Amino acid sequence: MERGKLLDNSNKIKLHADDIDLTFGGVRALMGVSLEIREGEILALIGPNGAGKTCMINCIDGFYRPQKGRIYFEDKEITHLAPHKIAEMGISRTFQNLALYTGMSTLENLMAARHAKLKYGTLKGAIYFGWAHNEEIEHRKRVEDIIDLLDLEPMRKKPVGALPYGQRKKVELGRALALEPRLLLLDEPMAGMNVEEKEDMARYILDVHDMQGTTILLVEHDMGLVMDIAERIVALDFGQKIAEGSPAEIKEDEKVLAAYLGKPKEG
Amino acid sequence: MGLPCGTFNAEYREDMAILRTRTHWGLAIAAIVLLFTLPSYLSNTWLIVANFIGIWIVAALGLSLLTGYCGQISLGQAGFMAAGAFSCAALVNYGGLSYWPALIVAAFFTGGIGLIFGIPSLRVKGFYLAIITLAAHFIILFVILHIPALQGTMGLNIAPPHIGSVTFDSHHNFFYLIMGVVIIMTIITKNIVRTKPGRAFIAIRDNDLAAEMMGVDVFRYKLIAFFICAVYAGLAGGLMLGYITHAHIDEYPFMDSVWCLGFLIVGGLGSVAGTIMGVVFLRVFSQLTYMYLAPLATLLMPAGMGTAGFGIGPFTYGLIIILFLIFEPRGLYHRWEIFKSWYRLWPFAY
Ligand SMILES: Nc1ncnc2c1ncn2[C@@H]1O[C@H](COP(=O)(O)OP(=O)(O)OP(=O)(O)O)[C@@H](O)[C@H]1O
Ligand SMILES: [Mg+2]
Repeated sequence: MERGKLLDNSNKIKLHADDIDLTFGGVRALMGVSLEIREGEILALIGPNGAGKTCMINCIDGFYRPQKGRIYFEDKEITHLAPHKIAEMGISRTFQNLALYTGMSTLENLMAARHAKLKYGTLKGAIYFGWAHNEEIEHRKRVEDIIDLLDLEPMRKKPVGALPYGQRKKVELGRALALEPRLLLLDEPMAGMNVEEKEDMARYILDVHDMQGTTILLVEHDMGLVMDIAERIVALDFGQKIAEGSPAEIKEDEKVLAAYLGKPKEG
Repeated sequence: MGLPCGTFNAEYREDMAILRTRTHWGLAIAAIVLLFTLPSYLSNTWLIVANFIGIWIVAALGLSLLTGYCGQISLGQAGFMAAGAFSCAALVNYGGLSYWPALIVAAFFTGGIGLIFGIPSLRVKGFYLAIITLAAHFIILFVILHIPALQGTMGLNIAPPHIGSVTFDSHHNFFYLIMGVVIIMTIITKNIVRTKPGRAFIAIRDNDLAAEMMGVDVFRYKLIAFFICAVYAGLAGGLMLGYITHAHIDEYPFMDSVWCLGFLIVGGLGSVAGTIMGVVFLRVFSQLTYMYLAPLATLLMPAGMGTAGFGIGPFTYGLIIILFLIFEPRGLYHRWEIFKSWYRLWPFAY
C-alpha cells in the first residue's frame, strides 16, 4: 500500500538534524548522527536497546542539548530553543515511559495540551466570562474531535491515573495530537501492548497521518509493524546511524541484521 | 456528530459550568442565604471566629493554588500576610491613600515580593523550596522590624475602613465585608483552576518535564503561581489590618504559616472546596479546644503548672494533621466526594 503520495511534497524537508553529538560524562549516546524527516512521511527510527533513539527524540524537542550539531525545523534553527518554544512551533511527542498528568481526567489532559494554542492569559482566565469562556468552548470542540478519533469517549471524565496501561498510551497520543503538531515524535507508542492493542494503535497512527497529513517520527521495536507503517527507516546502533532506506532495503541491510542478530561486524 | 454546532456549544457550556444542576444552584443559593443570615444566629465569640475564618480562607485559597495545584510548597504564607498588612498600613499612614486603594496596591505589592521568592523554584523543589519559603517568612518579618517608619515592635494603626456612611468597625459589619471578599475570591480561584493557568499548574505539579515539552513555560507559570499566592496573602493581611485596625508582627507568627499548610492537608490538596472545608474545620476545632478542652486540661494539671493546659491547642492540632496524613491524605474533600457519589445512587435523588 502506498501512503503519503497524495501530495507530492516528498522532497520538502520538515526537520533536518545535522551531525548531532550527545554525551553524558563518558557515555557517547549520539555520535555525528544526521537525520532528515520529509514533509508528510512516516519515518521510523529503529535500533537495539540503548542505540540512542530516545536521545535523538529528546534532542529534537529540546529536552537534551546536543554538544555538537544543529537542528532545523521548517528551515528555522531550533537547536537552542526552550522545549516549550519548540512545542509552540508545532513539534509534539509521546514518551517511552508514560508521562501523563495523572491528577487530571482524559479531557483535561488533552485540554492542557492546548495550552500554547489558547490565547487568553491568566487574568482573563480568572475573570472567565466572555473571552476565556468562548475560547474554552472553541478548543473543547477540537479536543472532542480527537476524543472521537481515538475512541476515548468512555474515559473522557476519568482520572488518567486510574486507566489501564493500554488506554493511557492512547490518552498520551491524544494529548500529543491536541497540540496540533506538524511533526509528531512517537517514542515506542506500542510498547507493552498486546497484539490487538498494537493493531489499534497502528490504525490510529495511520488515521492521523492520512487525515491530517502529520509528519511522524516513529520509534518502535516491533519490526513487523515498522515495516508495515513506515515509508522510510533510519537505523541506529551505539549512537551512530548505520543504515537508511525503504523498508525493503533495511530488511536486507547487513549492518542492520548484524546489529539486531549480534553478528560480528565485518571489517 | 450530526448535530448542529449550536447544540454542542450549549452542551459544552453546560458541561463546563461550575453549577451544573438545579440541585447545585439550590444548594448554592441556600448556602449564601444561610451565610448572610449567620450573624443573627452567632454569638459574638463565634462571629469573631467566623471573621478570622474568612480572612484565612482568602490566604489558604492562595496557598492552595501554589501548593495544592502547582505543587510548589510554601512555608511563608503568614509572612506574606504581614507584608500585605504593613504595606497597606504604610500606604494609609504615609501614602495618604484611603483603605480600599491601599488594600489593592498592598496586595499586588505583596505579589511582587512573592515573585522574588518564587525565583529559586526554577532550580529547587520540595524540601529545599520549603526551607527557602520558610526563610522568606523570617526575612519579611526581619525587614518589617527594621524599617523605622513601620514602628518596629509598636506596629501601625489605621482607622476602621468605611464605604460611604457604613463603617466596618463592628464584628457584625465586618462579617459582610469579609464574606463578600471570600465569595469573590472563591469564584476567581475556581475560574483560575478550570482554565488555562489552572491546567498549567496541575501539569507542572503532576509532571513538570512533560508540561515543559507540551508547551507550558514551566518557570513562567511557577512564578505566576507564586505571584497569585502572595497577592491572596497580601489581601488577607490587608483585611486583617482592616479588621483589627492594627498591624503588628506578633499577629503573624511562623506557626500561622504552618497552620495554613495544615488547612490544605486537612481539607484536601488541589481542591477549592476542600481548602474552605479545611479552614472551617480546623478553626472551629481550635476554638472548641480553646473553650472546652484547654480549661479542662488546666484543671487536670498538677498544681503550680498554671495555664500549661492551653498547650493542648497546638498539641491536638498537630495530632489532627498527623491523623489526616495517615488515614485520609486526600482530606475532607475526598470524604465529601464519597458522600456525594453515595447520594447520587440514592433513588429519587434526581
Ligand atoms: N540522562 C542520561 N544520562 C546518562 N546516560 C543516558 C541518559 N539518557 C540516555 N543515556 C544513555 O544513552 C544511551 C542511549 O539511550 P537511549 O535511551 O536513547 O536508547 P534507546 O535507543 O531509546 O533504547 P531503548 O530501546 O531501550 O529505549 C544509553 O546508553 C543510555 O544509557
Ligand atoms: Mg528509548
